[in-house]
Amino acid sequence: MRNAMLTKTLFTAVSFVSVASMASAAEVSIYTTREPGLIQPLLDSFKASTGITVNTVFLKDGLAERVASEGESSPADILMTVDAGNLVDLVEKGVTQPIESDALKGAVPEQLRDANGHWVALSMRARVLYAAKDVDLTAFNYEDLSDPKWKGKICIRSGQHPYNTALFADHLAHYGAEETEKWLSGVKDNLARKAAGGDREGAKDILGGVCDIAIANSYYVGLMRSGKGGDEQKQWGDAIKVVLPTFKDDGTHVNISGAALAKNAPNKAEAVQLLEYLVSEDAQKIYAEANYEYPVRAGVAADPIIAEFGELKIDSKPLAEIVSHRKAASELVDKVGFDN
Amino acid sequence: MTLALSTQTTGRKRAAGSRWLKLAALTAALVCLPFLALLFEAVQGSQGLWSHLAASVLPKAFLDTAILLAGVGILVASMGTGAAWLVTAYEFPGRRTMEWALLLPLAVPTYIVAYAYLDILHPIGPVQGAVRWLLGYSSPREFRLPDIRSMTGCILLLGFVLYPYVYIATRAMFLTQPASLIEVSRTLGVSRNGVFRRVALPLARPAIVVGVSLALMETLNDIGASEFLGVRTLTVSIYTTWVTRSDLPGASQLALALLAVVVAIVAAEQYARRKQRFAANAQRAGGSIERQRVSVPKGLLLLALCLLPVFVGFIAPATHLAVEAYTRLGYAGLPVRFLANISNTVIFSAAATIITLLLGSAAAYAARLHPGAPSAWFYRLATIGYAAPGTVVAIGLLIALGAFDRTADQLASSWFGFSTGLLFLGSGAALLYAYSTRFLAISAGAMAAGLSRIPQSLDDVSRMLGETASGTLRRVHLPLSKTALAASGLLVFVDCIKELPATLLLRPLNVETLATHLYGEAARGTYEEASISALMIILIALLPVIWLARVGRGEHR
Repeated sequence: MRNAMLTKTLFTAVSFVSVASMASAAEVSIYTTREPGLIQPLLDSFKASTGITVNTVFLKDGLAERVASEGESSPADILMTVDAGNLVDLVEKGVTQPIESDALKGAVPEQLRDANGHWVALSMRARVLYAAKDVDLTAFNYEDLSDPKWKGKICIRSGQHPYNTALFADHLAHYGAEETEKWLSGVKDNLARKAAGGDREGAKDILGGVCDIAIANSYYVGLMRSGKGGDEQKQWGDAIKVVLPTFKDDGTHVNISGAALAKNAPNKAEAVQLLEYLVSEDAQKIYAEANYEYPVRAGVAADPIIAEFGELKIDSKPLAEIVSHRKAASELVDKVGFDN
Repeated sequence: MTLALSTQTTGRKRAAGSRWLKLAALTAALVCLPFLALLFEAVQGSQGLWSHLAASVLPKAFLDTAILLAGVGILVASMGTGAAWLVTAYEFPGRRTMEWALLLPLAVPTYIVAYAYLDILHPIGPVQGAVRWLLGYSSPREFRLPDIRSMTGCILLLGFVLYPYVYIATRAMFLTQPASLIEVSRTLGVSRNGVFRRVALPLARPAIVVGVSLALMETLNDIGASEFLGVRTLTVSIYTTWVTRSDLPGASQLALALLAVVVAIVAAEQYARRKQRFAANAQRAGGSIERQRVSVPKGLLLLALCLLPVFVGFIAPATHLAVEAYTRLGYAGLPVRFLANISNTVIFSAAATIITLLLGSAAAYAARLHPGAPSAWFYRLATIGYAAPGTVVAIGLLIALGAFDRTADQLASSWFGFSTGLLFLGSGAALLYAYSTRFLAISAGAMAAGLSRIPQSLDDVSRMLGETASGTLRRVHLPLSKTALAASGLLVFVDCIKELPATLLLRPLNVETLATHLYGEAARGTYEEASISALMIILIALLPVIWLARVGRGEHR
């Protein structure tokens, strides 16, 4: 009898949850690895202008696995993630379909879209150099990270983090395995502390005197300096200067955040509508101003904090080529013991 | 109901008894399902992974894991046992408070403690700032303490939040040790310290082992803290293989290998203890140890010793989070959907706790009713989930439940013409499944320990008087072991609230819990916003921990 009551309680609890996620009128569901706080303003504004409800679940890893596992019953319409490699993974796992939209093609340059139309970039971020104010630097080459003069002076997050494997893969695309291994091993020797934590710790550690330079993503500077993360982070942001590094005779390594259309999307039309909205001028402006990312749409300006870094010259290696090297890059990270 | 059943025939009673065995078998099967799914995934073959792993990942990962486990093991064993002995054997100022305060770090998840200490101990944080001020340095560039992002840092942090597992188990053991044994040894001229070393410690060994193994399982399960502090454990390698190299089969192979190692260690430990018998009937014979009164200075020293782990494992990080949360509240208010996140967290954790208690009791009770290989195996298999990192259980469940949901939906569509949606993954039931799988070992272990202290003769008497197996459980065993069971329920509840990897992967659309919200914020580095959720996790987890302390005290006072 007691058990029956427990079962009933349980059942109520569970159905309570499922009712909450049940379908209403027009809706679209996003599985995203982007932190909810980053995309919420965009989704709110989409709902306000179209009346379409947006459901989200924020996942960390396992986006592709979850959608694949749910198969034809999956409620997911849009799969949103950061890092070109993650987007390519989605395509390779067969959980996406081509997006048919001329508006998207018109808004996003070709090199920022999948050749077969399975995914589209929504924003860009550069892998930049944070430097202590008193370090005499105005330009920097990624190659120089292995220069012994930086011994004990570099901070960076785990070499296995997608942001870093993509940068290392870019190096591989330029120089091949042998050179890259030598370079990575040199960078490893220059680290001031373990390759761990997040990108912001680069700035915090520079302020704390742990290191002189750090490799991190561009938008964090906006988040810190704008004071959105509180006064303390503003201090970190103000303690550094930012240099857009380049590969010698080429440009700055850039990665993307993007979205794919789920293969079994139940609300395909609404999904395409949302994607088109996300590359519209309004939404791109939010990406630029709220998240401090580089817009993918031509004609939309970066936020002043970001624009101040100087003109972004994007590295010439195509994303697809960089992505093809990332497994090798990840193995090199292990081989040189980058994170040890 | 009981009366009606008690008049049934013996044959019927046996059938009712074997229901427990069947339930235990079912439980074991349910727990094994995610691992079978992983096995299925593992045999898909990985892309030439092992040669790379063997050359440049595994040696280091094994070494780091071994050092981390050894370090955390030694730390929790000495702190947990030491603290338990101090509050049991000595009377000093503040002892009664310390008795429960020593449990507080249980409420702090390992990933939160790592985030908090990186702030607290950072060169620009409060501690190093104060040290520089004291020594007269003006800039962190002139003077810095060693970095917390290291193996040592990781061992210390994990040790200081995980020692309560040893403390709980050991203290219960000390309290139930008969005072007579101690008196005898004192009469025979053994010193107070000698009593600890030669009598109390050997008797408490099983409890220490249980506590340490729980703490080590938690260590293996941890990804947040070790990754954040830059320690490359096997668990982190599994994770990297899966996420960075997109090699799920390879990750599954690694995960199963790790699981095999853990199972082997547990089995070896049990084998080593097979000859030892610890008198179950020793309980409460002659009351517990009489506490020794000490001088005031010595008493204050003992108090300081007990305060240290509480301060490091709870007071410092909780205070830091409270300050951060207060700052954040000042300029941004509460996070959106804060109350919904809290209620999701509590509902899922409570429901999972109930399931875990039921199934755990079934596994333990079946082993008592039907001693022998099958029930022992069901018990072992049912408790395997605790040895596996949450991520591993989560991926396995995702594969298995996804297949189930998909099939059910398709069948319903083709037979009845309506869609069921995703039964498990769409409803949150997958979360309950994951939590239960992960934490069954806690409730089953507590139930088994509780049952082992009840003489078989009580069962025999009850059955002879016509009571069924279920009736005996309800009317004899549950009343006798309800404290232990309630305590384990609270532990399960706290663990569910803190659980992160499975919650992230398996929850339905539009459902956030405190832990997932915290992670989302921490992932973008906005710790201030996360601090409110972090503090809330600690506060919610604190209630059962305090209750746990009261339960413990009530039982032994």
